[in-house]
Amino acid sequence: MPINSYIFVAIALFSIGVIGVLTRRNAIIIFMCIELMLNAVNLLLVAFSKMHLADAANPALKVATNGADGQLFVFFIMVVAAAEVTVGLAIIVMMYRNTHSVDVNFLNRLKN
Amino acid sequence: MNAIILSAILGVVLMFSGIFVSNKVMLKNIAIAGMVLLLAVNIIEMNGFRVFDVNTRNMLQFNRFGLLFNSIAFAATLLYFLLSARDITRVGINVAEYFALIFFILCGVALVSSFNSLLMLFLGIEIISIPLYILTGSDKRNLKSNEAALKYFLMGTFSTGIMLMGIALIYGAKGSFSLDTIAATINQGRDAWFYAGLLLLLISMAFKVSVAPFHFWTPDVYDGAPTVFTSFMATIVKAAVFIGLVRLFDIIFATSGTDWKLMVAVLTAATLLVGNITAIFQQSVKRMLAYSSIAQAGFMMFALFSINSYSKEGIILYALGYSLATVGIFAVLVKMKDYTFEGFNGLARTQPVLAATTTVFLLSLAGIPLTIGFFAKYFMLASAVKSGSHLWLVFFAILMAVVSVYYYFRVIQSMYFKEGAAETEPVSSGFRWLLIGVAAVIILLGIFPNMVLQYLYF
Repeated sequence: MPINSYIFVAIALFSIGVIGVLTRRNAIIIFMCIELMLNAVNLLLVAFSKMHLADAANPALKVATNGADGQLFVFFIMVVAAAEVTVGLAIIVMMYRNTHSVDVNFLNRLKN
Repeated sequence: MNAIILSAILGVVLMFSGIFVSNKVMLKNIAIAGMVLLLAVNIIEMNGFRVFDVNTRNMLQFNRFGLLFNSIAFAATLLYFLLSARDITRVGINVAEYFALIFFILCGVALVSSFNSLLMLFLGIEIISIPLYILTGSDKRNLKSNEAALKYFLMGTFSTGIMLMGIALIYGAKGSFSLDTIAATINQGRDAWFYAGLLLLLISMAFKVSVAPFHFWTPDVYDGAPTVFTSFMATIVKAAVFIGLVRLFDIIFATSGTDWKLMVAVLTAATLLVGNITAIFQQSVKRMLAYSSIAQAGFMMFALFSINSYSKEGIILYALGYSLATVGIFAVLVKMKDYTFEGFNGLARTQPVLAATTTVFLLSLAGIPLTIGFFAKYFMLASAVKSGSHLWLVFFAILMAVVSVYYYFRVIQSMYFKEGAAETEPVSSGFRWLLIGVAAVIILLGIFPNMVLQYLYF
């Protein structure tokens, strides 16, 4: 499969995530959309990694890397995303305990 | 390397001491001792001795600029601990964890000031951000704190997503995360991906340092977070992310040879305008300081605008001057009963030392001569003049610095020229002497800025 298909899928997932974050009002759904953005990046990184591996096999291109570090990066993103989920859900639960809602429209007490 | 490993170890030590030590004063003292150790170890590394010699495979690169900034950040944190540690212990019951999280943040700071690979930049930014989300929400029963934490968290992770997309596109174009490789192959290969990636990376970093138009979360978060932690967020963390941004610009943007200067100039002008104009209309000093931190970020943007030796000296001085003054002001602010401008009425009569030192800090932030703030602003503007293009930006920045004098002097006017009896928490004499010491350092460095800058070169 050509690399372009992967890029289209990844960009589409990323855009769905961005639009979700900007339009939805439920904190948990916003959070899911952010995770979608991160996973779109994971997909893109793995696809690029394979692309650079193919480039490395072609002696005419003379590339310096074989693309392994792209897949390595994906593991770091997963770990960081897990840490973010832990903190984020804790914050949302704390919020729910005080307001009995996870609607971000509640977040207007700080305006003046 | 010393600082990165030791700060992580100290964070773990403090977490465990939370189990074994229940005395708050003891925990505070452990944290202060740890901070002194961290600062000492970093200064030792500046002199060329590494306690932990780890081969980082060129993922991290330690130069004088980064190490000097680390020293400044650690010294500012030590000062912050000495001034405000007692207030940190009052935020909630998990005292040891607050100190531990601050040490973890410092680990991230040391990573961001020395990264040589986009992977390390990402990890450093995240190690800074995630503990900050927790500290912002640490006042669990307070709805404003909850709201600030959720807002900060959603904005922070959103910008992390954008940053990762940028890094992925750069990786697609260049096949490597290493800054050296990227800089060496700057005009080869898939340029469209590369520039799209750089733009996304710039946007996400602008989110993190609250550069307009990506600043909208800052006032709410700084206002809602417990005041002691706002102090840390607005100073050391902000300066650290700027240092990372300077490193990024220094290596990649400066060599990419595109017309990014106009874009940075527009961002700088927008930040200065939004920060200064909105700060005028605030009623609460805490919120005014939040907007003022946006305005100060506008001045720090000059370091990205003009990448030369002046701007590097400037950002170091700026980080130091801004951190000292703002940590001092927040330390006084925490002691106030009322955060509005009226709450400061007559402070000069009830607490003359606090009023006098706060005046020095505000003068430094406004950039009045004989304070370090003046030289910081001077170096920034001089670097822009030296770089030779977009001179309108310099005039605009001077105009905005004049505007900033208005809202800083409003506090001084309240303290000295208005009737009232400002109420404060009881203040110890040690706290007073420390404030006097900080004010003295600000004035001393305002006369001899080379006392810091010489360390950049020798």
